[in-house]
Amino acid sequence: MSDIQKFQDPGLPEHVHRKSDIDVDAEKRAERQVAILFLLSAVGTVGTVLSYIFIKSTTFIYLPILGNTNAAQLGLGVGLAASLFFIGMGAIHWARTLMPDNEVIAERHEFRSEEKDREDFVVTVKEQAGSAGLGRRSLIKRSLGLALGLVGVSPLLLLRDLGPLPKKALSTTDWKAGTRLVVDPSGQPIKPSDLEVGSVAQVLPELPAGTERTLENTGTDAVLLIRLRPQDFNLDAQRLSWTHDGIIAFSKICSHMGCAVALYEQQTHHLLCPCHQSTFDVTRAAKVIFGPAARPLPQLAITVDADGYLVAQQGFTEPIGPSFWERSS
Amino acid sequence: MMKKLSRFRRRKWAAPALMVVSLIGLGTTFSFAAEVPAAQTSVSSSQSTQVQEGKQIFLRGCSSCHGLNAEGSGIAPSLIGVGAAAVDFQVGTGRMPMADMSQQAMRKKPVYDAEQTAALAAYVASLAPGPAAVTDASLSWERDGNVAQGGTLFRTNCAMCHNFAGQGGALTLGKYAPSLMGVDAHYIYEAMITGPQSMPKFSDKTLTPAEKLSIIKFIERANTEPALGGAALGRVGPVTEGLLIWTFGLGLLIGVSVWLASKAR
Repeated sequence: MSDIQKFQDPGLPEHVHRKSDIDVDAEKRAERQVAILFLLSAVGTVGTVLSYIFIKSTTFIYLPILGNTNAAQLGLGVGLAASLFFIGMGAIHWARTLMPDNEVIAERHEFRSEEKDREDFVVTVKEQAGSAGLGRRSLIKRSLGLALGLVGVSPLLLLRDLGPLPKKALSTTDWKAGTRLVVDPSGQPIKPSDLEVGSVAQVLPELPAGTERTLENTGTDAVLLIRLRPQDFNLDAQRLSWTHDGIIAFSKICSHMGCAVALYEQQTHHLLCPCHQSTFDVTRAAKVIFGPAARPLPQLAITVDADGYLVAQQGFTEPIGPSFWERSS
Repeated sequence: MMKKLSRFRRRKWAAPALMVVSLIGLGTTFSFAAEVPAAQTSVSSSQSTQVQEGKQIFLRGCSSCHGLNAEGSGIAPSLIGVGAAAVDFQVGTGRMPMADMSQQAMRKKPVYDAEQTAALAAYVASLAPGPAAVTDASLSWERDGNVAQGGTLFRTNCAMCHNFAGQGGALTLGKYAPSLMGVDAHYIYEAMITGPQSMPKFSDKTLTPAEKLSIIKFIERANTEPALGGAALGRVGPVTEGLLIWTFGLGLLIGVSVWLASKAR
């Protein structure tokens, strides 16, 4: 295999002249083209200014495909885009066609310093270190070590600012035994007769008088109330006892990532989460039938109180919403 | 003809051009195929009452799926007790009769005129009591609705399916929540009280009639709201915006960079 020849550097290919280098007409044409591009940019700027001054912000014009479009915004956008784009395009066209295009080779120098410089450096460092007395003065060295070591402590304090631990906040809601279900946002309590078969209601727990509802409350307490025909249920005895007369209640907070699950299809009795398409079967206690959710939506046990209004039998029996480290299951 | 065309088959633009032509062809074929056959109904004027008229239309146009007595079948629900409101909504918006057995009946040009729809509604209402049809004139949303309240209620009760601006959205298995733009107020009202297809009902006790008017006012206001910020792109947020910038925006950038790197001749 010794007859394989060493690969030779082929060097640069022969320089091909552009039309504008050899033909005077082509050169003139390229010059005109560049000038036209710059002029287009100028026209764009003038257009921007004119549409800012003269087109009212409430004027709409009809464009095919786009439909009714705000004329002022369109004028500003197209004008500004043209004024910037054509400056760039003109400059590049100028460089491509008229500026010199000779190939140039710039050789890279070697990175390694020369042998003499390297030796001198070692000598200098040794001399200076000796005269500075780095080998002596242990008091200075030790105190410096202490200072440097302690510098690392203060950033540790910042970890405290990551906030207080959530404690029980992730596993508790405002639902308790006897809490009335009220309509979001009107706050009206609900009687079972208020709901027809096939209807839904977005409900929240009635808060004690004087307590203001925050978004945080709504974000954990939101419940979807659905009324089906009781014979449509396919529940075990315990879960069936959590419903009332065909009315069933689920936490709206998805067990996957915590989006609000409320896309209820009343013919198939499916609940769909809009974020990742997790689908829950309402008739089987929100069993997951499609998508990434790992657990059914927590069901809220409901019944009616002495006045006939719907109330919770108890709080949620499991934490609502997505998984977290301390969650037991 | 073919020979003339085949001369161009090795050109640079041949493949993209062929793609565009076939896509357009495919699209237009489907749009023609989806056209609904024109209605051919001639209600004999000899029938004396509206209910009987409606029954005749029902037997001719609806009974093959919904049963001779509107009792329903394996492919269509019973219409006993759905009320005139449901008929007015389904037939008036052209959803019924369905053009084919697809996942969902879609809004299209109505097959029956207003008079025939009213007759059908009267017949179905005569079977069992149900919610009555409403008219635009009876809905005072313009006067009594409250846009801000309607917006809050819409975001709580409707936006999860119909999008925050009423543009509609996808459900499971090909079903969808339709866009609410350009829908007559009384159809929106009837949809809320009858719960057509996948949509649940919204009872008058949990969503009062006054609140329903506010929701309608919010939707009508969203419908007429001008897009002051430029092209609205379907008002569905980052999806179309992203699609546009990833295809046209990046396409333009790629084109420009190819031009930048090419050598002038």
